[in-house]
Amino acid sequence: MNRLLLAAIVLVALLPFASGSSFLLNLATLTALSAVLGQAWNIAGGFGGLTSFGHAAFFGLGAYAAAILQTKLGWNPWIGLPAAALLGAAAGGVIGFCVFRAGLRGSYFALVTLAFAEGFRILATSLDFTGGGSGLFVKLQPGLAHFQFTDRRVSYAITLTLLAIATFAAWRLTKGRFGAQLMAVRENEDAARALGVRVVRTKALALALSGGLTALAGVLYVQTSLYLDPNIAFSPERSVEMLLVAMVGGAGTVAGPILGAIVLHLIADTTRTYIETPGFAPMLYGVVLLVIVAVLPGGLARIRRRARA
Amino acid sequence: MELLLASVVGGLLTGGVYALVALGLTLIYGVLHIVNFAHGSLLMVAMFGAWFLSARLGLDPLAALPLLTMAMFAIGWVLYSQVIHRVGRGRDEGILLATLGIAVVLDNAALVLFTGDTRTIETAYSFEMIQMGPLLLPMAKLIAFACAMLLAACLWAFMALTDTGRAIRAVAHEPEGARLVGIRPGRIFALAYAIGTACLGAAGCLLLPSFYVSPQVGHVFVLTAFTVVVLGGMGSFPGAVVGGLLVGITENVGGLYLGESLGPICVPLVFIAILLLRPTGLFGARR
Repeated sequence: MNRLLLAAIVLVALLPFASGSSFLLNLATLTALSAVLGQAWNIAGGFGGLTSFGHAAFFGLGAYAAAILQTKLGWNPWIGLPAAALLGAAAGGVIGFCVFRAGLRGSYFALVTLAFAEGFRILATSLDFTGGGSGLFVKLQPGLAHFQFTDRRVSYAITLTLLAIATFAAWRLTKGRFGAQLMAVRENEDAARALGVRVVRTKALALALSGGLTALAGVLYVQTSLYLDPNIAFSPERSVEMLLVAMVGGAGTVAGPILGAIVLHLIADTTRTYIETPGFAPMLYGVVLLVIVAVLPGGLARIRRRARA
Repeated sequence: MELLLASVVGGLLTGGVYALVALGLTLIYGVLHIVNFAHGSLLMVAMFGAWFLSARLGLDPLAALPLLTMAMFAIGWVLYSQVIHRVGRGRDEGILLATLGIAVVLDNAALVLFTGDTRTIETAYSFEMIQMGPLLLPMAKLIAFACAMLLAACLWAFMALTDTGRAIRAVAHEPEGARLVGIRPGRIFALAYAIGTACLGAAGCLLLPSFYVSPQVGHVFVLTAFTVVVLGGMGSFPGAVVGGLLVGITENVGGLYLGESLGPICVPLVFIAILLLRPTGLFGARR
């Protein structure tokens, strides 16, 4: 059954390549990018129980790192890619270490991450080298050498690759020692500590891993849209979307964020064809979140498991 | 020097309204032990209510204040008993996500109804200034400050002197014990949430003459409100008032020295610093 589902997902994911319709490819790329972001959030928020309201901080750091290295320093984006990932991971590690050492968890952790994202947003708006409120334009230089692709199939393939990497990381958590420690901390911090798990270190590492992956998605965003401003990078809406994708699909499951991204994009795109008023689709997101938390706190991915039990 | 003094006094006046916003938040936290992430968005709703009554029906925000306070009380009651209570089902994470979901719905509903434009109103006293020593103070802010402090005093008296206030405090301390003496904690929870939301109805009317409203305004205020509350100490009444005044001053003085675009960073910075260094705040009980 599991293999059948996996085969179906892979088949659906490959479909846009065969059709070649640019509308479908565009939709698929956006959905895949949401899934990457949701999966990255899921590693800290789902498996680690670190409900973050400010993951846009890492997305924006990665995106700005890539954009600034190219536009201001003239570095090749292929160097920007690992640099952004490192920056995102370092930010996650440092923020995590400080915040968890101070003993902040639950709602307080959620609020403090929001404050970090907001702080970065204000910095990006006010500083000169980030381009201030008017943002940064990346020069159009199509080609493999500059990590820009006019062929939409290639950008889709790259997004899928990143999704595969993020999903592999999440899957490793369900198999390895580190993942077991992380989930033990999520379930009962004191018990985990008593068993010799280094709680602060484990949580900070999870946030670093999550932050690094989120930053990579930020680079991907910059390389496809070639424009970045503080609101695109650090807005609370982005943080909330990442959380939603993971929560709706199933936080703490490997397939959850992929499922969540597909369902939410289907909802958004079908409503958009009927009602174009800005705000209507995101309003539905809020309703979906309320319904999911009320009826199915484990998310869509757990429906099957529940039916079996 | 005069500029600094003017900035401090201006901040103090705005801070009075922040204190009222934070009192609602700290009451909800103190009684229900939940973090009400929808607080900023509910304030946005109240501000749109005040804008609608003033711009469309010509009602002065001060005249609309009692009306809007009651309306927000009702909204708070319904939200708690019909949504938060049912969606959250007593789990911390569930309640946090329920209030986040409400915030998302409210923010975007406002976007659908009113578009993303920022709106302001003009009252008879919008441009009136009062000379106080070397300072020239805007009438609207003075009225807002006085009303906010008066309402804060009323809320304190209600909590300290009435039976209902005593019941709320009893539930905050010991829900099981309160049940044993015949108080229904479920109703008190809804009441506390409703009073906390009602504070926003008043705050919305007091803020609007000197502020703008847009669907994004909730984001601005939610962090400010939480900064006030953690600075004063979660659940503390005097803390919310002192914290509100301090945050108002910090914001204004920060804007004076750091400039208009970098100035707002003071709020998240203070928030992070307090949580990392002194999570109990100024007046909070030690954990």
